[in-house]
Amino acid sequence: MGMTMTQKILAAHAGLEKVAAGQLIQAKLDLVLGNDITAPVAIREFEKAGVEEVFDKERIALVMDHFTPNKDIKAAEQCKTVRNFARKHSITNFFDVGRVGVEHALLPEMGLVGPGELIIGADSHTCTYGALAAFSTGVGSTDMAFGMATGKCWFKVPTAIRFVLTGKLQKWVSGKDVILHIIGKTGVDGALYQSMEFTGAGLENLTMEDRLCMANMAIEAGAKNGIFEYDALTEKFAKEHGCKPWRVYKADEDAEYTKTYEINLGKIKPTVAFPHLPENAKTIDECGDVTIDQAVIGSCTNGRIEDLRVAAEVLKGRHVSENVRCIVIPATQKIMLEAMEEGLVNIFINAGCAVSTPTCGPCLGGHMGILAKGERAVATTNRNFVGRMGHTESEVYLASPAIAAASAVAGRLAHPDQL
Amino acid sequence: MNANGKAIKYGDNVDTDVIIPARYLNTSDIKELASHCMEDIDKDFHEKVNSGDIIVGGRNFGCGSSREHAPIAIKESGISCVVASTFARIFYRNAINIGLAIIECPRASEKISDGDQLSINFDTGVITNITRGETYQGVPFPPFIQSIIASGGLMNTLKDQKE
Ligand code: SF4
Repeated sequence: MGMTMTQKILAAHAGLEKVAAGQLIQAKLDLVLGNDITAPVAIREFEKAGVEEVFDKERIALVMDHFTPNKDIKAAEQCKTVRNFARKHSITNFFDVGRVGVEHALLPEMGLVGPGELIIGADSHTCTYGALAAFSTGVGSTDMAFGMATGKCWFKVPTAIRFVLTGKLQKWVSGKDVILHIIGKTGVDGALYQSMEFTGAGLENLTMEDRLCMANMAIEAGAKNGIFEYDALTEKFAKEHGCKPWRVYKADEDAEYTKTYEINLGKIKPTVAFPHLPENAKTIDECGDVTIDQAVIGSCTNGRIEDLRVAAEVLKGRHVSENVRCIVIPATQKIMLEAMEEGLVNIFINAGCAVSTPTCGPCLGGHMGILAKGERAVATTNRNFVGRMGHTESEVYLASPAIAAASAVAGRLAHPDQL
Repeated sequence: MNANGKAIKYGDNVDTDVIIPARYLNTSDIKELASHCMEDIDKDFHEKVNSGDIIVGGRNFGCGSSREHAPIAIKESGISCVVASTFARIFYRNAINIGLAIIECPRASEKISDGDQLSINFDTGVITNITRGETYQGVPFPPFIQSIIASGGLMNTLKDQKE
């Protein structure tokens, strides 16, 4: 029996010719990631175990993105722990305020992740890099500590679900709508312990931003990873971003999948996930009258330049509803600069949005836009669990930048064509 | 090895944001994390939990973020084991890596009620419901994972390797 894309990458990194689903392996890592929340716990474990050196100072990325710029004294202490560790071990890829961006937008932008690589991160959305035909997955702090010490990690080889994409997205429809649609079908545990492998003729109609957004949310279907087949766009991205020499792994013809979904991109409508699970997907025309208090446009899911361009296209010449706070957070410093140069920041500010320095901020209910009891937000983020953005009786509706921007103007969930 | 205690029961998709809300993640102090454990789903948890108690969840327990703070807070609260139909994968590996016992058993998750007195044998995977006089067969860990747990967590295997 053949291997899936994921199985091939795992086999290659475990030094094995072949692996089979269910097999427990130990594999070599190309990169180990941590952030200001997870790295302090990993550092404590690393030091407690008496490890003196990291396996490779260039293959560790420490990104201070969650509670930064430090939201309070405790957060400041956490960052300091990581900063000291980074200095002590001369970690090359340490990103602090002023250089930092939301990790899963930053790493691809910096060319730190590339096709065929195996990456773990102590952050569940590490699965984002599957967009680049890499195997990447979220782990915990202890895995991160072990990875920093040894350059290795244990894995159970997963089975896979295949998504064969055809067709082309319509205007105002993006990768976010596709992945919300898919999670609506699979449920939040539909891909539990499995890979989601994306292939088919429709791939060529998806931008890298669409793919990054879709792979980002694979975890919301319970998946171990989401991975896109390598194509001309992957190659172009890897070249432009100066990725390390990379390898291409294609699925075998006779690879086994537990399920295959055929998805016609042309039929996908703008989709919103209602509280309190990403699987509660409704198309925008099924949403009914849902008033909102806040709109958040940003995060590792939809804080990239293409996302901001779409939001600006909707907001240009319009004004955010007087009942809505609209918060726009470019995901990295580079995206912030581009947004300024392209005049997007002007459009946002003229429309009455608050524009923030890169941070995870409200996405995880950290800071920069917490919700009060009973408030509702539409957000381009990836989770709408109870209390995710603030009070346990607040609500988060997940949507694309187009829908979030249109809703900010309308004061209720809306499609740009309804404005 | 065994776990003995009363069941504290929850439903499906108990996510890491309710196990330990992100607003408390500005610290990695274990005691402080434990004091907010399950707060957003069960605000009395911290008061009612006794050492040895067993959390029983439904499907996809521990879904959401990779925060190891979640199994750490549960373990530090005195919970001896988590039983669920299925676990979200990052939570599953985190629990193993930090040495929190977990066991998958859909039948147990369906049959056990809040407050039932339970006894779990980790070697065989058998869960005994003393209150109802029933037993359920859970999935015991494969040897590789048992060896991590026997070392007391993943980092200890590193020490064992060095020695
Ligand atoms: S933006 Fe949100 S989902 Fe992404 S890394 Fe930050 S907190 Fe996590």
